[in-house]
Amino acid sequence: MGKVDFNGVIKRVCLHHVPDAQPGEYVIVHVGFALQRVDEAEAHKVFEFLEGMDQLDELRVEES
Amino acid sequence: MKFLDEYRDEAAARKLVRAIEDVATRSWTIMEVCGGQTHTIVKYGIDELLPQGIELVHGPGCPVCVTALETIDRAHAIASRSDVIFCSFGDMLRVPGSAGDLLQLKSHGSDVRVVYSPLDAVAIAAAHPGKQVAFFAIGFETTAPPNAMAVWMAARRGLTNFSVLVSHVLVPPAMTAILEAPDNRVQAFLGPGHVCTVVGYEEYEPLASKYRVPIVITGFEPVDMLEGLLLAIRQLEERRAEVENAYGRAVRREGNPASRALIDEVFEVCDRKWRGVGNIPRSGLRLTPAYATFDAEQRFAVSAIETQGLQRGRPSPISSGPARSRLHSTIASCSATAAVVACRLI
Amino acid sequence: MIHHLFLPVLGNEILSRLEDQASCSLRPHAEATLAFTTDSFVVRPIFFPGGDIGKLAVYGTVNDLAMGGATPLFLSAAFILEEGLPIDDLRRVVVSMREACDAAAVTLVTGDTKVVDRGKGDQIFITTSGVGFVPAGRSLSAASCRAGDRIILSGTIGDHGIAIMSVRENLEFETTLESDTAALADLTRVMLEVCPGIRCMRDPTRGGVSSALHEIAAASHVGMSLSETAIPVRAEVSGACEILGLDPLYVANEGKLIAIVPRDEADRVIEVMRAHPLGARAAVVGEVVDEHRGMVVMRSRVGGERVVTMLAGEQLPRIC
Repeated sequence: MGKVDFNGVIKRVCLHHVPDAQPGEYVIVHVGFALQRVDEAEAHKVFEFLEGMDQLDELRVEES
Repeated sequence: MKFLDEYRDEAAARKLVRAIEDVATRSWTIMEVCGGQTHTIVKYGIDELLPQGIELVHGPGCPVCVTALETIDRAHAIASRSDVIFCSFGDMLRVPGSAGDLLQLKSHGSDVRVVYSPLDAVAIAAAHPGKQVAFFAIGFETTAPPNAMAVWMAARRGLTNFSVLVSHVLVPPAMTAILEAPDNRVQAFLGPGHVCTVVGYEEYEPLASKYRVPIVITGFEPVDMLEGLLLAIRQLEERRAEVENAYGRAVRREGNPASRALIDEVFEVCDRKWRGVGNIPRSGLRLTPAYATFDAEQRFAVSAIETQGLQRGRPSPISSGPARSRLHSTIASCSATAAVVACRLI
Repeated sequence: MIHHLFLPVLGNEILSRLEDQASCSLRPHAEATLAFTTDSFVVRPIFFPGGDIGKLAVYGTVNDLAMGGATPLFLSAAFILEEGLPIDDLRRVVVSMREACDAAAVTLVTGDTKVVDRGKGDQIFITTSGVGFVPAGRSLSAASCRAGDRIILSGTIGDHGIAIMSVRENLEFETTLESDTAALADLTRVMLEVCPGIRCMRDPTRGGVSSALHEIAAASHVGMSLSETAIPVRAEVSGACEILGLDPLYVANEGKLIAIVPRDEADRVIEVMRAHPLGARAAVVGEVVDEHRGMVVMRSRVGGERVVTMLAGEQLPRIC
């Protein structure tokens, strides 16, 4: 068992399924269980895509 | 809140809607598989943001809604006993059985308790050795490892007064049933992100290729949903039919091997009746023979309870379109957001 | 139960209005109107972060009077005690009630105590009644709201319900969150001073903001239009709601109020509220509209709209 913090709410959860998780890392929690570690690099991808859209827009504006 | 606020950002959502508008050249019908995703659609009005012609079909129902009537009746039979403390996730308490719901049973004096985690039910069993503690083990694959863990723990602690009423359902067989239906209108799926967090998405690959249907594993926040829709529509427009993972922060192809091993240890696949849908082969989980002593149906001899005639549940989403009013009432009875969150380990 | 059992038998001109307090004319004896209310309190656990059942019993009744624009004056308290309740616990509750009466500037003038057998109660039940007066000419009513009016919330929502849940058996979590239980009569006094024309006020206790707005929408035959981003919610409350699968709009408050205010006076009301310790985070969270009468609709943070449905009974933690 371990503890997770979510917005100042602290809850005891079972860490049996994420044996490698380290303090400070984010984990997906469901009904008192950590089910997976959150992959930070993957989390950024959609925002990188959105930034790419912005840059494309700027190019379009410059071309026109 | 990290991993939450940025996925609820209006500017990001608007950009994704624009990207969808750019990509979509015609009408498409897409099903979001998980009830949590349906919640997000309703809560944030996602369907209103989409271009005309993109239709969302909601289904096949959440584990709470699809729990068969006779299973609810069996739960009532167990919970009515004076020697039983019946533990359940909160949202099962309002699901009607043949003679009312568990909340009414509680108000008539039965010891029905809401727990946040199945381990809480194990703790109650340990604290009340003179009582029988039965836990209503329902859920998709996401909730299977926690429920399996509760049984495993009870076994390890030698708790003879703990049992589980299992009504687990599996997603891929339900998707197969939808795709096999003669009147199927679903052209692509937003796959269930949290289910895949546990079991991965290898099992979805043969579905995508056999039925030529795009499946995008999708998260539960507005930006996740819109990204999932964008990828699904792009596949449809490009005539591709693959499994894509749009929920990479939580889902790996193989899922979580430790969780899968625990599910396999405690549960085995069985046929299951879905309320409002009917029997779907190999779409459920039950306890393996090694853990059969924890089966509440056997312990309280309630397996014989069957429900005759019409299963009055919610209309099957498989053959019906999305009526917003109906959707709202469904959500109201089932309540707020998906209780799966990214937390910081401390 | 109220509409099918009580009102057909007991209903009369005043009771059937179903306001949080009864406004009883004292004419020809006096010019002011008497405000009268009663409420029973059962809460588990009886002590919780930020308060206890005694404080709730005083403030709850004071607030019901204040929502009608009344100045609360006198309270009664009736206790039903379960045999075996530790005397120290009872003393703590009673001392807390005394402090609450002082804070709310009301006097507890009559009371009663009954003891029931163990198992026939749950530690302690308290019923309080309260009287106050409404100055001549003042009349607040849930039926008086009209399109264009602004919906004001006095602060963060859900604090009480989540604080209680954090210590409830089988759901426990750690948080620094406390119940917001407080007497609102001084806040309503300053609000009514700058804006005597406030249409109506409600303290969104059980059923939360959603339930209070539905009541007003039904009584005035109007729609309620909310903006999600304008509604103040503490980080811990939204955190606990995410984990448990709850919606703060349905979670109980014990020290917050909703006021429906004419459009042109909203700024002035907000200004005096923010200068008051109990209204520091007051905000306009929406407006009354002619569309979708009887319904509450909220614009979500990503721009879509959602119907905030009426919820029967308490919200339950959910898994899907």
